[in-house]
Amino acid sequence: MLAELVLFLLVMLAGTAGELCVARAMRTVGEVTDFRPAALLGVAWRTMRVVWTWIGLGLMTVGFFALLGVLSIENVSFVVPVTALSYAVGALGGRVFLREQISPARWAGVSLVCLGVILLVAGKR
Amino acid sequence: MTSHKALHFKTNLLIVLMVTFSPLGNLLLRKGMKQLGAVTAWAPAEIMRFVGTVLHSGMVWLGIGSLIAFFVSYSLVLSWADYSYVQPASAAAYGVSALLGRFVLGELVSPLQWAGILIICLGVVVVGRTPPQTTEQLYAR
Repeated sequence: MLAELVLFLLVMLAGTAGELCVARAMRTVGEVTDFRPAALLGVAWRTMRVVWTWIGLGLMTVGFFALLGVLSIENVSFVVPVTALSYAVGALGGRVFLREQISPARWAGVSLVCLGVILLVAGKR
Repeated sequence: MTSHKALHFKTNLLIVLMVTFSPLGNLLLRKGMKQLGAVTAWAPAEIMRFVGTVLHSGMVWLGIGSLIAFFVSYSLVLSWADYSYVQPASAAAYGVSALLGRFVLGELVSPLQWAGILIICLGVVVVGRTPPQTTEQLYAR
């Protein structure tokens, strides 16, 4: 039971924290305005030189393996609705870690997405 | 700073690419792996042979290409748009997956699932009406 709880927390927190770190890395690189292939290769090179990229990829890897672990214990129809909460964790992380302004409308949208994902997976049972 | 309309346009364009390429990549990988069949032997030599077969599947490579296109779009949009905007908006991929499953693979989609898809779409529309960028380039390397 404790192992299961730890795995669920890792799926939600490590996976979302990883994406937040990648988001921070991309904001550090700066807004991409030139979409020609050579310019995009330059963006990829600059992204690889930002430490947040590697922290993010590491955390996303932890989250992925935690997901595999939790799927070996629980059914996907139970796991996915629980991990839908990561949308709320992501919005909170965006507010705290990336200093984004989250309006009540955006919170409402995030809540609807969480509810929709839960219904979508509940309908598969 | 990009103008408001142009910012919305390029953000939504990349989100459309994300919600197209991610389910498409998963679908192509699934079709490719179904064609190859399940792994039945776990000896190292058998696994290597299976990996070799997988790497010769055009469908698998198309799937990998789609997922790379998804990741590139995702990274690019995060260079200017809020994570808290992109993450819920990309949940529209759940709806695209269900539609692909229904109309390409002929899977059944229950009324409860259709309700879930509608609510996700509603959530995406609500998020989409908020400004995609609420921060400046504040971060030092």
